[in-house]
Amino acid sequence: MSAEAMQSGAEVLLRALKDQGVDVVFGYPGGAVLPIYDAIFNQNAIRHILVRHEQGAVHAAEGYARSTGKVGVVLVTSGPGATNAVTGLLDALMDSVPVVCLTGQVPTHLIGNDAFQEADTTGITRPATKHNYLVKRSADLARVVHEAFYVARSGRPGPVLIDLPKDILIGRAPYTPPVTAHATYRPRTEPDPVQLRRAAAMLKAAKRPVVYVGGGVVNAGPDASAALTRFVRETGFPCTNTLMGLGTFPASDPQFLGMLGMHGTYEANLAMHGADVLLAIGARFDDRVTGRLAAFCPDARKIHIDIDPSSINKTVPVDVAIVGDAGRAIAGLAAAWAEDAAPVDRAALATWWRQIDEWRAKDCLRFTQDMTPGAIIKPQYAIRRLHEFTRAQAKDVFITTEVGQHQMWAAQHFGFERPNRWMTSGGLGTMGYGLPAAMGVQVAHPDALVIDIAGEASVLMNIQEMGTLAQYRLPVKVFILNNQYMGMIRQWQELLHGSRYSESYSNALPDFVKLADAFHATGLRAETVDQLDDVIREMLASPRAVIADIAVDPKENCFPMIPSGAAHNEMILGPEHEDEARGITDEGLVLV
Amino acid sequence: MPGPDNHQLRSATISVLVDNESGVLARVIGLFSGRGYNIDSLTVAPVDDARGQSRINVVTSGTEMVIEQIKAQLERLVPVHRVADLTREGAHVAREMALVKVLGTGDARVESLRIADSFRARVVDTTIESFVFELTGATDKLDAFIELMRPLGLAEVSRTGVAAIARGSRTI
Repeated sequence: MSAEAMQSGAEVLLRALKDQGVDVVFGYPGGAVLPIYDAIFNQNAIRHILVRHEQGAVHAAEGYARSTGKVGVVLVTSGPGATNAVTGLLDALMDSVPVVCLTGQVPTHLIGNDAFQEADTTGITRPATKHNYLVKRSADLARVVHEAFYVARSGRPGPVLIDLPKDILIGRAPYTPPVTAHATYRPRTEPDPVQLRRAAAMLKAAKRPVVYVGGGVVNAGPDASAALTRFVRETGFPCTNTLMGLGTFPASDPQFLGMLGMHGTYEANLAMHGADVLLAIGARFDDRVTGRLAAFCPDARKIHIDIDPSSINKTVPVDVAIVGDAGRAIAGLAAAWAEDAAPVDRAALATWWRQIDEWRAKDCLRFTQDMTPGAIIKPQYAIRRLHEFTRAQAKDVFITTEVGQHQMWAAQHFGFERPNRWMTSGGLGTMGYGLPAAMGVQVAHPDALVIDIAGEASVLMNIQEMGTLAQYRLPVKVFILNNQYMGMIRQWQELLHGSRYSESYSNALPDFVKLADAFHATGLRAETVDQLDDVIREMLASPRAVIADIAVDPKENCFPMIPSGAAHNEMILGPEHEDEARGITDEGLVLV
Repeated sequence: MPGPDNHQLRSATISVLVDNESGVLARVIGLFSGRGYNIDSLTVAPVDDARGQSRINVVTSGTEMVIEQIKAQLERLVPVHRVADLTREGAHVAREMALVKVLGTGDARVESLRIADSFRARVVDTTIESFVFELTGATDKLDAFIELMRPLGLAEVSRTGVAAIARGSRTI
């Protein structure tokens, strides 16, 4: 190809994005990426959503990716543009969300000179991305872009960053088509049939089995969740989800035990503690799930299915390790189960279910809502009502959250029936995630009902994205459980630090109704229980973006709770239950 | 297959074949520092110009579980071609080279030369009051030599770190 026939680097970049199936980019312009914005100006294939802060761009791309299964794309400038994106990138890394982040960079001849808006972006983001690239030659540009998409979506998905010096974007560059293979990065997707047979035999012999399912099954695509649901129903085994796994198994199914872990249900955690065989699929034995490791599932033989070999035997040694795509592994396991001639111990399983039902009878998520007009709203009740109203909607419903008590209450009380409908920051716990993530979901699903279940503290961390909602007429609903505290901080201070509420009270909160108004959205407020339903109804009926400010009981705590450093069977139930709250050890106190 | 023993510490010599691209060493080192793994020795150099590959040799220590984790973490780095746990995958040879500067005159100087001879160290630089010895061998041999030089005027040590390779016909 002659140099004249070549396009500019920026044009090659856009062509590569288009060939990767990209239809939308979340971004914010700046000096170093002006050539890309110029190329965007001259085409219609790729839509650009102008965010208000680069962190918001990454969370929006995460929301887009998690709700569609596609790779989310971010475009930001050099220096502060890139550093502002770092939190989002690490969030995507921790939660295995496929994102490609394009960052501008100063021209190659200025790299290392402390040029204006220069940052060592690949250095800064190396531990915050799955992989990153600095493109130093125009000839590499197209190949690197295609490779980045391949790496982001293959194996355990994650964020990949491409740093693009300005001269590379301006100079001519050759185009090469997408690649489907890679010389070194070839994650194993096909599970080992021998291990599948061993796993099936172990499950057949189980007397007290539990299936523990995480976000890996979401990432494996909706078919994996369908296969999981069929397999769990076929076996008759109890199933629990991690925070990231919610929706992979229908919440309404009688075999569902709810979420497990620190704020998981009593029945899920005690079933884990009492299990004799544990089947973990696409879950990583996170510390929020395991509690004290030494006391985690003490009697269980463990089977672990994961696409990432480094997740296996990382914190919990397992008996059968199956590396592969969760969907293929579940299908293979179901086949091995059917072929295994051994009978299931139905009697033992029935006894196990009787025990689980006893734990269930504790009704660990119980709360008491005073229905007297003028009574204060319990946050759990607000979420339950929201769930009931949304179930009656014909629209597809997507929920995002911020981070804190409201997030845990949403996980506990909002039932998810399908995967990809629940977007939350699990691993990194990023306050400010929910609003921009909801924005990304709404861009991907313009006709869906997208709700950010928020806390008043978290939502302020990226509140500027209300401007983006207005600009693109994205009718996201922000449902704020306003308790005027950083509730989870306040709860820990109450339980662990002698109720010394150091800096966890938000004085001088904004008037969220006026704030909505200022951002061209609708503001609603419910102060008492009798106002709640009307506010939810009005919010759901509105064709616009809405902030619903729900004043909730500021002293409510999120239970059940496994205190730091405690085991699953040492969980604390709430004030609704006769509480034999165990003290938290000094060892536990140092854990977060 | 029971899970690996999580208490016994062991040393592991791990060789990593990587694409010789900028930042690749930072990825490997960052992995170790970021996840709190030990690096007892580290060497890196291009080994195949035609394929653009370098070899990194890392001597590390940890429980079996941690070492398995290190290997799994290394394997998922994109520019990594192959990770070999030489300590586990059969016999291997591991060598490093040291340049050892010893200052002295009189008996100490004679003694240092005598010891160097018995270690098959070569004298690569001499002045009236100094020697620079070059010594190649296993890490403990180098350690022993350096300890012996200490009372004889040891002034400075420069070591390469361990290069290692499997014995026999096996390749990485």
